[in-house]
Amino acid sequence: MKHFISTRDLSREESIALLDTTADMLDVRGRDVKKLPTLRGKTVANVFFEDSTRTRLSFEAAALALSADVSTLMSQGSSVSKGESLKDTLQTLEAMGADYIVLRHAHSGVAATVAASGWIDAHVINAGDGTHEHPTQALLDAFTVRLRLAGVASRGAGLDGAKVVIVGDIAHSRVARSNILLLNTLGASVTLAAPKTLLPTDVSGWGVSTSLTLDDALDAEPDVVMTLRIQKERMSSGHFPSESEYSRFWGMTRERLTRLKDGAIVMHPGPMNRGLEIAGEVADSPRSTVTEQVRNGVAARMAVLYTLTGAES
Amino acid sequence: MARIVLTKPDIDRALTRIGHEIVESQRGRTGLVFLGIPTRGVFLARRLAEIVAVIEPQDIAVGTLDVTMYRDDIQQKSTRATSPTDIPAAGIDGKTVILVDDVLYSGRTVRAALDAITALGRPDVVRFAVLVDRGHRELPIRADFVGKNLPSAVDERVNVGLIEIDGTDEVSIS
Repeated sequence: MKHFISTRDLSREESIALLDTTADMLDVRGRDVKKLPTLRGKTVANVFFEDSTRTRLSFEAAALALSADVSTLMSQGSSVSKGESLKDTLQTLEAMGADYIVLRHAHSGVAATVAASGWIDAHVINAGDGTHEHPTQALLDAFTVRLRLAGVASRGAGLDGAKVVIVGDIAHSRVARSNILLLNTLGASVTLAAPKTLLPTDVSGWGVSTSLTLDDALDAEPDVVMTLRIQKERMSSGHFPSESEYSRFWGMTRERLTRLKDGAIVMHPGPMNRGLEIAGEVADSPRSTVTEQVRNGVAARMAVLYTLTGAES
Repeated sequence: MARIVLTKPDIDRALTRIGHEIVESQRGRTGLVFLGIPTRGVFLARRLAEIVAVIEPQDIAVGTLDVTMYRDDIQQKSTRATSPTDIPAAGIDGKTVILVDDVLYSGRTVRAALDAITALGRPDVVRFAVLVDRGHRELPIRADFVGKNLPSAVDERVNVGLIEIDGTDEVSIS
């Protein structure tokens, strides 16, 4: 595997291998010495053309845990704001020694374009492209689901039979897209719950069912409820009447928490709008995996960096 | 054509002898931890631990040490799958660690294992037991306990079969 662009590219075997490697990386994170020498001498460049805290820090922690050197470029305060092209920026970074480019961009398809462009030899990892994909988030989410539902004995297994509800702003969510693709590959069944205004116009090819309220989706007794952030920065107003109405029909409230079956979990990719898509009490409940997702995210990104490192066979 | 060099009784005898050598080398030290290197070293470590426990009952722990991420050829070879590391709850600090693998060849796996151990703790002593030493070392490393010295050509393959995973105990060269 040379680049990590989309969960669409992953076979079931590759996906499970990534989850298993994530488990091994997580084990390393729990040791006294949390570092591996695996990427010693390599440089990971985090190139973020869009605001991000956790993804950038997570990739940074993952690269450092594998003993790579890290350089970070934020578009604000860089030559990008002077009008430098993407190609020139990336070639400059590679000339400075970057072996891996972790790329976040506000436009869909940028990571795939760079990977296919031939501009650079470095590995390209998609850290979120517009409303398209966020594949490392999907990997860490799938890992979190597998670990919570089946424990450490889940090594080598997919997510067959798991029922997952993804609720919220599907239309603007790259997290949802990457998750749907990977969850389907791993054998889970996915239901999307959202107001029509926040659902893509046609999801018939996605292999999912849809539900117009969260309550309807919860009737099917899901194992997992993935709440998504209401992305105020990506939305012009008018997708739903008011925040309180959103919360009433699609928010993961305390009342809805009590409807979940034993062992079911509530996820959120962060950052959370507490009280909007997820109630504070839900986020802090034992069913919430929010902090585990962050912890597993570092391990998942270590697994991706490691998996890209081997020579092409 | 594969030539069989060790049969099941040969392997049993070699492991029993190694067990005695391990006990003899302890010189009064206690706290043995057998760490097998996946895949087949894991099963050999379990067998050696059982053998030593019979020869001289004592505090013995068995674990698994994955060295994949410590290898020095990660960028040259295609990506190897990692496997779980399982260190006994009591840890390895102050213990006598016996590393166990099936074949000793270049010595690079053992070098990686020594790095992996360093990251996990500080044993009093680390020793290395191997079923087959086929020569061709690329690093200044040797085994403390060897089941069988097997001179081989670089282009030959040494195949170790173990009942636990291959259904039969047998070492062949081809």
